Amino acid sequence: MDFTHTEQRRLLEETLQRFLRDNYPMSLRHEHAAARPGFSRELWSRFAELGLVGALFREEHGGFGGAGFDLTVLFEGLGRALVVEPFLATLLGGSLLAELGTPEQRSLLAQIIEGERLVSLAHGEPQGRYELADVATTAERDATGVWKLHGSKAVVPNGDSADWLIVSARIHGEQTDPQGIGLYLVEASTEGLERRGYATVDGGHAAEITLDGVVLDESAALGAPGESFAALEKAVDQGTLALCAEALGAMQTATDITLEYLKTRKQFGVAIGGFQALQHRYVELLIEIEQVRSQLINAASSVEHHAPDRRWQLSAAKHLVGRVGRLVAEETVQLHGGIAMTWEYDLGHFAKRLVMIDHWLGDTDHHLEQCAVLGRDQPAV
Amino acid sequence: MDLSYNPEERAFRDEVRTFLQDHLDSRLRERVRSGQRLTKADYETWHALLNSRGWLAVTWPPEYGGTGWNAVQRHIFEEECCAAGAPRIVPFGVSMLGPVLIRFGSPAQREFYLPRILDGTDWWCQGYSEPGAGSDLASLRTRAVRDGDHYVVSGQKTWTTLGQHANRIFCLVRTATAGKPQEGISFLLIDMRSPGIEVRPIVLLDGEHEVNEVFFDNVRVPVENLVGEENAGWTYAKYLLTHERTGIAGVGFSTSALAELKRIARAQRKNGRPLADDPYFAARIARVEIDLEAMKTTNLRMIAAAAQGSAPGVESSMLKIKGTVIRQEINDLARRALGPYALPFVSEALDAGHNETAIGPDFANPLASQYFNNRKLSIYGGSNEIQKNIIAKTLGL
Ligand SMILES: Cc1cc2nc3c(=O)[nH]c(=O)nc-3n(C[C@H](O)[C@H](O)[C@H](O)COP(=O)(O)OP(=O)(O)OC[C@H]3O[C@@H](n4cnc5c(N)ncnc54)[C@H](O)[C@@H]3O)c2cc1C
Repeated sequence: MDFTHTEQRRLLEETLQRFLRDNYPMSLRHEHAAARPGFSRELWSRFAELGLVGALFREEHGGFGGAGFDLTVLFEGLGRALVVEPFLATLLGGSLLAELGTPEQRSLLAQIIEGERLVSLAHGEPQGRYELADVATTAERDATGVWKLHGSKAVVPNGDSADWLIVSARIHGEQTDPQGIGLYLVEASTEGLERRGYATVDGGHAAEITLDGVVLDESAALGAPGESFAALEKAVDQGTLALCAEALGAMQTATDITLEYLKTRKQFGVAIGGFQALQHRYVELLIEIEQVRSQLINAASSVEHHAPDRRWQLSAAKHLVGRVGRLVAEETVQLHGGIAMTWEYDLGHFAKRLVMIDHWLGDTDHHLEQCAVLGRDQPAV
Repeated sequence: MDLSYNPEERAFRDEVRTFLQDHLDSRLRERVRSGQRLTKADYETWHALLNSRGWLAVTWPPEYGGTGWNAVQRHIFEEECCAAGAPRIVPFGVSMLGPVLIRFGSPAQREFYLPRILDGTDWWCQGYSEPGAGSDLASLRTRAVRDGDHYVVSGQKTWTTLGQHANRIFCLVRTATAGKPQEGISFLLIDMRSPGIEVRPIVLLDGEHEVNEVFFDNVRVPVENLVGEENAGWTYAKYLLTHERTGIAGVGFSTSALAELKRIARAQRKNGRPLADDPYFAARIARVEIDLEAMKTTNLRMIAAAAQGSAPGVESSMLKIKGTVIRQEINDLARRALGPYALPFVSEALDAGHNETAIGPDFANPLASQYFNNRKLSIYGGSNEIQKNIIAKTLGL
């Protein structure tokens, strides 16, 4: 047994930490989040130069990482500083491109890894909530092999600034049938594709996308038409792992800030950290965070496993992150008192991100249900 | 035991209900229901409407223009207002300062200030907290030094809710440093337009300007603006805090928020079916509904005791804790019910007259922000931890 990271991952961690410390003050983060496109293109290029975008992908795809623990190390670091640049969108879109793309489609990856182009995954739909197989957007092929897409996509991460979108659409089957879903690599400027971008509560950006007869030639299909679900699941699992790691990072900063405050804020002539009522509440958070850290390790080491086991581990992690994330957010705010309610004080932003991570890629209830269903037929270990 | 309202109480309830049905502006009602921003004018309109009916000052005796209602009537009124989608009554003048002036103010102060609270001439704000004095309010340091027939006030208040709208502020100030900290505090009424006052906005984590810092630099305040005795302000402040805490259970707010939550859960879909039919989500709602149902009766028990003249004690602390936790839980579920549509936030959509189509369901936009904003409930008005300390203390622990 060995719970240490490889030399390479430690290097990744350090590089990221140093870069963020020197270049990513919270004030700048807010500034970029407030303006379109919701992040800094310049910083994105610099992340790319440092190889941090490449850390999302395996070597065979031109990257430097791509394994479960590469993702957790990277995203934990991003979470500590509340980075708003489009790492998640890039991971979701890029890993599908890597997994399913033809050599020609994959050639786009190089530009993505260099930070020149952005890709995102346009999969969720207004009615779909967190149900991965719920796809009502349709793809029809005419006699000449041309595809036509109709439908709506909801809350697409950085969908307003992506150059390319990976769009899911139903080719056949019922609306919630895992079979019959196709994926398409669509340039965002394609005629018939409309985007409405907006800011999200947690400092990010997303878009509503409508596809009104988007015409695509055969080369746009990503993977075998109608058989994309397994790959989609896998990409979403990677995204889920990344979000869990990001949450862990945010939990750590939130509790670090809180510890410092408990030691320095004085009321009744003493540091408030001297009150046992608060000490116990703080310690409770640390215990829960260690649980998250452990489950994240379980999840990261299962990403290469087959679906039922992998999915259970990922859902378990996301469930726990949802539960503990809310706890950490609410408790760290409460332990601070009024100061944490202000925009100017950093903690509130960590609290917001922690709570809102629960709304990306399935919330704590959704994943609990997944675990219950997947675990039902498994023998107890 | 009889939990039902008696015939007079029912008649009273119907009277309130009819009045609100007939007179509460439907656009305002809609804006409150949909969680839009309310302007200063919105609150003023609402106050004026209540004042025209003589219903603005529900805790004041009739001789000062109040309703003279008992605790049950006040409770019914609050319930009906929330159910009707009325804005809240801005508490600082009507619910906080008014009762203090009635109890401790001079005849001249009562005569001058009370009518101005009722007719909306004055908008008051509460200057208690300071950067260094939150839970430990008695450690406040804003000084008032006597100079002839003025006090000269210097220092800083913070968290002043809606101070940007106010023309007056009631402050706790330090007038003596000897003895226990509580013994050197006075209660001063200050005109916000006095030279030397500066109000700076504090933006909260939801991006809203709701509270302020108020700076005092040698502000001259006439001595007749002292309420009661010099150095006795702590007594008045505590009296005021008790008033701040009645109705603190927020039963009316929780009841209407729960109704709204159920509407949302019926409208939202999970796997093609109403979210309200999802056993797990339904159980979450049921759990908070049970808590609320029980608390309603705890609240009524306290109200019944108060109507018979007993002063609110630890019960108000219990209600503050339970009431805020329940409201926060309902807010949490409302956000949760939205699924991914809790994420988009269009700030301009909170303003009246915004007419772009909503992103996602039309009720979605303000809900995540409300959840974050209402984290304040367990912090202010005496934090929930402080309430627990109060309860423990009365037990001799
Ligand atoms: C949105 C908002 C609006 C407000 N509006 C007003 C207003 O209009 N006017 C006004 O005067 N004030 C207002 N306040 C201030 C409010 O009353 C204070 O925030 C509150 O008293 C807590 O003080 P604090 O924020 O300084 O926290 P602190 O007192 O510093 O407390 C920090 C933490 O320590 C805990 N703690 C403190 N002492 C103890 C103890 N002895 N035992 C255990 N735990 C303890 C607290 O519960 C809290 O968790 C407002 C606050 C907010 C957030």
